[in-house]
Amino acid sequence: MAQKHTTTVVIGAGHSGLAMSYRLRERGIDHVVLERGQIADSWRHGRWDSLRLLTPNWQAELPGARYSGTDPDGYLTMPEVVDHIVDYARIASAPVVSSTAVERVSAIDGGYRVQTDAGEWHAKTVVAATGACTLPNIPALADGVPAGVRQLSPLDYRSPAMLDDGGVLVVGASASGVQLAEEIALSGRRVVISTGEHVRMPRTYRGHDIFWWMHHAGVLDERYDEVDDIVRARHVPSPQLIGSPERRELHLGTLQDHGVEVVGRLGMIRDGVALFSGGLANVTRLADLKQERLLDRFDEWALQSGRADGIPPHRPEPVTVPAQPRLKLDLVAEGISTIIWATGFTADYSWLDVPVVDRKGRVVHDGGVTEAKGLYVLGTSLLRRRRSTYINGAAQDSDDLAAHLDATLAGDSRAARVPA
Amino acid sequence: MTITETPAAEVDNGVNSDALLAARDQLREAPEAAEFVWRATSEWKSGTHSVQTIEHFDGLGTDQQHKSAYVLEGDHPAIFAGSDEAPTPVETVLAALAGCLTAGIAAVAQNRKIQLHSVTATLEGKHNILGILGGDPDVRNGFNEIDVHFDVKADATEEEIAALVAQSQKRSAVFDALTNPTTVNVSVG
Ligand SMILES: Cc1cc2nc3c(=O)[nH]c(=O)nc-3n(C[C@H](O)[C@H](O)[C@H](O)COP(=O)(O)OP(=O)(O)OC[C@H]3O[C@@H](n4cnc5c(N)ncnc54)[C@H](O)[C@@H]3O)c2cc1C
Repeated sequence: MAQKHTTTVVIGAGHSGLAMSYRLRERGIDHVVLERGQIADSWRHGRWDSLRLLTPNWQAELPGARYSGTDPDGYLTMPEVVDHIVDYARIASAPVVSSTAVERVSAIDGGYRVQTDAGEWHAKTVVAATGACTLPNIPALADGVPAGVRQLSPLDYRSPAMLDDGGVLVVGASASGVQLAEEIALSGRRVVISTGEHVRMPRTYRGHDIFWWMHHAGVLDERYDEVDDIVRARHVPSPQLIGSPERRELHLGTLQDHGVEVVGRLGMIRDGVALFSGGLANVTRLADLKQERLLDRFDEWALQSGRADGIPPHRPEPVTVPAQPRLKLDLVAEGISTIIWATGFTADYSWLDVPVVDRKGRVVHDGGVTEAKGLYVLGTSLLRRRRSTYINGAAQDSDDLAAHLDATLAGDSRAARVPA
Repeated sequence: MTITETPAAEVDNGVNSDALLAARDQLREAPEAAEFVWRATSEWKSGTHSVQTIEHFDGLGTDQQHKSAYVLEGDHPAIFAGSDEAPTPVETVLAALAGCLTAGIAAVAQNRKIQLHSVTATLEGKHNILGILGGDPDVRNGFNEIDVHFDVKADATEEEIAALVAQSQKRSAVFDALTNPTTVNVSVG
């Protein structure tokens, strides 16, 4: 197949790649968006049925498009998210080439060679917007899971109906873990949830959604080059939250009310027996203390900005966990038929054949700009600011990176004009 | 100008937290250097009495050595028909936990610019010895529970002190070793 040429190849037609396309069009930069599946593929195939966004609808704005539905404070369902992103692709007039998987990107003279399963592209610049949550992060200790115990990740779990009647061990208590533990417990199954360090937040505080507070009090605007320890900050698990019409709270306390057993971090599976940390009380204490500090910060901001609105602060109760939590669970003997690894996700850059990937498979970048000239990443956790982790961050991030990309191209053409 | 702000007193807990943070950043770049091996040797004396010596370890890509060789001993108390020359090894475990958590509190306090005045701890290991005596198959050999109580005096609020103690557990090697399973390979000959 003949190779095609363009100035910029954007890889991935999720909201990040589409936002970038919008910015490139704004600047008149010729580009394509290559997508291995369809627009919004991750939301079509990699999410469970009952999932709604954690972030309120008003935060689903993208460059050049605001949320214009009737429920700005609601939380989109998965079909609604797909529609939202498909609509956005139309608004952005994004030149999406679907069913085209990028298999390799390598540097060639003056740019990049992009090999796909449907032909080859040459481009001066490449933006990888392939998603931060493409692969489940399954710990090596999963090797010890006895045969016969089914293992799922949140990317392939759909609903309790796909499980048999046995017990379920959910490993990990970030947003995915607590949401799945809740719905599986409500389906009548025995659920044990294993938790290491986690982040707890109330759904609403003083009459506003927690994301309202984070947005207005400036939390989401903290920049990647200002946070204390960026490596750590980029790996902080998602908060225990759920988007529901009734805005219900979800944390280890509410899970225990539904009969879920909370145990410490899974340390090892030995002879079919899962062994859990005895440090459970400390991780819940850490999460409560951290939540208090966040709410202190909001109170302080409310006072200074006069946004207190008269609703008095009401602090969530600390979570209580069993004084002597279970340390062992014999998986087969205790009838655990499924383990769900809600242990986080990673990006997949296995196709990237440019030396910007570290020993852990992560792209090394400075706010999305890699050391390889003209190669960018977009849509990863805390890429440029806390907001970057969310749909809401794409507008600013894509603008910043498009400006950099534009300047790089301009530098190239200036350089080209300088006589040798 | 006739008046200026008095500079805030420097917080000094005797911990060089800048060096620790610099080490963290360097080790992220050179992860092999972060692989340490700690060592102890041990020799039986008589009865339940033995002596452990700690001097060398590996780290930062090379052999390292303490200022001098440190000696610990283990024995059993008279009620177990021991000669009680030294603490019971389980007590040494409590001491190690206290040493590790206390070091952590000092390091975290320094990093958070909190001046410490005193840090004391009392530890209790709850242990049903029917396990080690083989008297009840349902009783484990090790501790059933450990209680650690800290008293910390510092220029900080109660919440900040609670956060210090919580953070020190989060970053403690001995706390981790006790609360999580570890593979232990024992060979002979
Ligand atoms: C369970 C879950 C819930 C989330 N909830 C929220 C939320 O409530 N609010 C919020 O703001 N964010 C949320 N996020 C975070 C984030 O918004 C999503 O992960 C979002 O999908 C990221 O968008 P993206 O465009 O960066 O990547 P993706 O949506 O993953 O898009 C990447 C695209 O690239 C394509 N692709 C990947 N590799 C290749 C390749 N080699 N060649 C061609 N195409 C490729 C994929 O098919 C995909 O379409 C959630 C994430 C998860 C996992």
